[in-house]
Amino acid sequence: MRNIFYQTYRLKNRPEIITGLIALCFLGFVVLVPLIQIIKDALTFHSYDLAYKPDGVVGEFTFLHLDRVFNQPISAALFYKPLLNSLKMGLAVTVIALSVGFCLAWLMVRTNVHFKGVFGGMLVIPYMMPSWVMAIAWLSLFKNDRIGGSEGLLTYLTGVQAPDWVAYGFFPIVITLALHYYAYAYLLISGALATIDSELEEAGAASGMGKWKRIRVITIPLLMPAIGSAIVLTFIRILGTFGTPALLGLPVRFFTFSTQIYASINARNQGDAFVLALVLIVLAISFIWINSRIIGVRKSYVTMTGKGFRKSESDLGKMRWPITILIILFLCITVALPLILLLWESLTLIPGDYSLSNLTNYFWIGQGNVSLAYGEPGIFHNRGIIEALLNSIKLGFAAALFNGVLGLLVGYAVVRGRGARLSKWLESIAFAPYIFPSIALGAIYIGMFSTNIGPIPALYGTFTILILITVIKNLPFTSRTGIAAILQIHQSLEEAARVQGIGWFRRMLRIIIPLSMSGLVAGMLLTFITAMRELSLIILLISPGNMVLTGLIFSYQEQDMAQHSSAVTLMLVLIIISISVIVRIMSRRAGVGRLNVA
Amino acid sequence: MGQILLNGIVKSYGKEVVVKNLDLLVEPGEFLTILGPSGCGKTTTLRMIAGLEEPNQGNIKLDDKVVFSRNEGVVIPPEARNLGLIFQSYALWPHMTVEKNITLALKEQKISKDEIASRLANALDMVQLTGYAERYPSELSGGQQQRVAVARLIALRPTILLMDEPLSNLDAKLRTEMRASLKRLHRDLDATTVYVTHDQIEALTLSDRVIIMNEGQIMQEGSPYDIYHHPTNIFVAEFIGDPGINLFEGNIENGKLNCGGISIPLPNNISSNNGRITVGVRPEKIEVSESKKSGWQEVTTGIIQPTGANTIMEVKSEDTSITVLQNGFINLSENSKLWINFDPKTLSFFDSKTQENLRNKMV
Repeated sequence: MRNIFYQTYRLKNRPEIITGLIALCFLGFVVLVPLIQIIKDALTFHSYDLAYKPDGVVGEFTFLHLDRVFNQPISAALFYKPLLNSLKMGLAVTVIALSVGFCLAWLMVRTNVHFKGVFGGMLVIPYMMPSWVMAIAWLSLFKNDRIGGSEGLLTYLTGVQAPDWVAYGFFPIVITLALHYYAYAYLLISGALATIDSELEEAGAASGMGKWKRIRVITIPLLMPAIGSAIVLTFIRILGTFGTPALLGLPVRFFTFSTQIYASINARNQGDAFVLALVLIVLAISFIWINSRIIGVRKSYVTMTGKGFRKSESDLGKMRWPITILIILFLCITVALPLILLLWESLTLIPGDYSLSNLTNYFWIGQGNVSLAYGEPGIFHNRGIIEALLNSIKLGFAAALFNGVLGLLVGYAVVRGRGARLSKWLESIAFAPYIFPSIALGAIYIGMFSTNIGPIPALYGTFTILILITVIKNLPFTSRTGIAAILQIHQSLEEAARVQGIGWFRRMLRIIIPLSMSGLVAGMLLTFITAMRELSLIILLISPGNMVLTGLIFSYQEQDMAQHSSAVTLMLVLIIISISVIVRIMSRRAGVGRLNVA
Repeated sequence: MGQILLNGIVKSYGKEVVVKNLDLLVEPGEFLTILGPSGCGKTTTLRMIAGLEEPNQGNIKLDDKVVFSRNEGVVIPPEARNLGLIFQSYALWPHMTVEKNITLALKEQKISKDEIASRLANALDMVQLTGYAERYPSELSGGQQQRVAVARLIALRPTILLMDEPLSNLDAKLRTEMRASLKRLHRDLDATTVYVTHDQIEALTLSDRVIIMNEGQIMQEGSPYDIYHHPTNIFVAEFIGDPGINLFEGNIENGKLNCGGISIPLPNNISSNNGRITVGVRPEKIEVSESKKSGWQEVTTGIIQPTGANTIMEVKSEDTSITVLQNGFINLSENSKLWINFDPKTLSFFDSKTQENLRNKMV
């Protein structure tokens, strides 16, 4: 009894344990419970399974779903082909994206290429945009008569139909995804390159190594951790991505893992979808594990000194201008071309006719006309679109806010409780959503929240579930931000307030939050952007009641309403880019603010 | 007001016990220094008094109030202990001006505006920083930041001051200045002060009483004079004093201790001891002559280091090296001859096995 009193007193004295416990319970509920739930669901006989096995008993344990996915004639279409497609796609995209990203990072950090400032901002724009924007642009360019409806710009200009393999399926999916994900590899590798002190290479030169040998023996090994995580994280994201394979693959029945999960859920075959989602998670975990086994030990010598050191730039000589022009061309294709195509598409009256006389602003400000696009009004008069826009913004705000608070609390509990088991558990569980590919996490949440759990009502179809899943998916990132922010605040700053009699809540308000603000706000704005552009994660969870912009774009695209989808996409992209610009400016300001001096 | 009582305090991190069964009483108004090498548990002890660490066992009382007791299940958080703490890093809040740094806690206590303003003015005046109220910590020098941390304490008017190596981040000259002002602060506030340091000069100059800790235990407590002149064991003897004490270890023969080429006469009560003993001689207590005197021992000089007011000399007899401190600036070449003598009254004697001072055993 006395011990209980003592432990209660102790807890009162240890705010990091209290916040840690609360965060752990919440995260356990929203991350681990759903996982257990779908494992259970995948092994349970459901009412919809009666169609395949009329004598089954609903609610009983069964291997039916496993059997169907792995061991039946249907398994080839349901599992093996999508698996192969996904792996092929992941491999091809990763190789291309990584090579392009590596070359660009090298050029930007280590050579004297022109216009570095402008390029630095422009190169990451594809990454800010939703990954499937490129796919929509691709369709405007190469759409052929295969699935009916209008045809693309290529056919309009030349009269030639793009062959199927160019218009749909593996090839365009790989190209468009690579043109998105190269930016991710570029960011990771250029970040790592910038932290390698060129003195390390000069030391190599001093001991007589040639230029290429230095790169091979010194630079590349130092970059390996960054390259390794770029490979693995790109691969996992591609496995979980839905938009592009759906837009470019479904018309020719080219299924990947993610689109197959979507199809199974739509076909009311949730059990199969859960099995597929679990396989996806296992795949992701094994990639992370392999990566950490191969390169994990080397992470110790990533050289982060924090001091300003010299970076040597090699002179490109005669190639300086040609390479600069190549980068400009690359940016035209990846940034300017898609946006121009979207704009043009949104301004055409009759789809597929790209002549000047066919231009109209109807799809932006038109009032609605039964003879055009099923009578859908232009986007500024379209209640559905405006509502979806408001929903997207609401989702972004809510996710950013909750993520900010949660990130701060997790960061606080993890950093202040360092060394304790609670801290370690919390850190790992906050990282766990990373290993759930987006579409799999969506499937998990269907399984979890389609019925009520105790006092929590069924959340399926509500706006809350969108917020919840977005917050959870972004948690690894925001908790990292939170941990980094709290780590920067020396413990004594808070202890000084403690001994002066300032309570926990006031300490958070007056000391911790102001001091971690700059990092947190940048993190929250990024969460906002991610939430606005998210499709793969929420595609399984949206319905007319909680429609957001990305979902709306997808449904316009499915109904072949190219002008609407282009116009809405353009709007979304512009919003995202302008917020990103604000983030950049803000984090730059924070970098020189007085907070940094101390 | 301001008594601190620690009773049977044990603190461990995992398997490592950093404070072993510590008892300590600090009288009201006393200036107590805890001195010890790094890792001896002194900072942990201070943080346990402040409430920032929890002991595994024992009781802590501030005046009559139990603030921690494992048995009674009492843990008063630092917020409610009402004491002042100066950190090694000063812990000034970088996003607040000097004024806000000093007044934040006062505002949280809902003290009236006039009172806050007068306490601020008074605190800034005491640390001679009037006119700096609008500066940010990053715009102040190290010494000024330190004084802001002190002003923050003054404004709160605690009855107990805890200081965790407050001078270790300052350069040598500033340290001497700040030492004097901390002593003045203690006098003016009349607060009980517990001061933690690894610097023996700070301990000797500032304190009413010094506690020497090693490996989580108190080695000796006493006045600076006692600690210096009557170390209870070899650890304390070696730890205190710069240049360090000379230690000679050997067997007793004919009422004398022979160690290498040195022979030290022992008083009767010591020479009756059996076994090996260790004799400690402070370098400044060794008598030196440049001419031969009867009964004195001949030595040759080694390295000579004049520091201005004093000179540190290394002298040798056979393979035994002795450090001698003499007043004045002495110019002597290496390998000159000198004669030295030991005054038995200034010697300390330790049992080589137990490391304890033999004089304590006899009293």
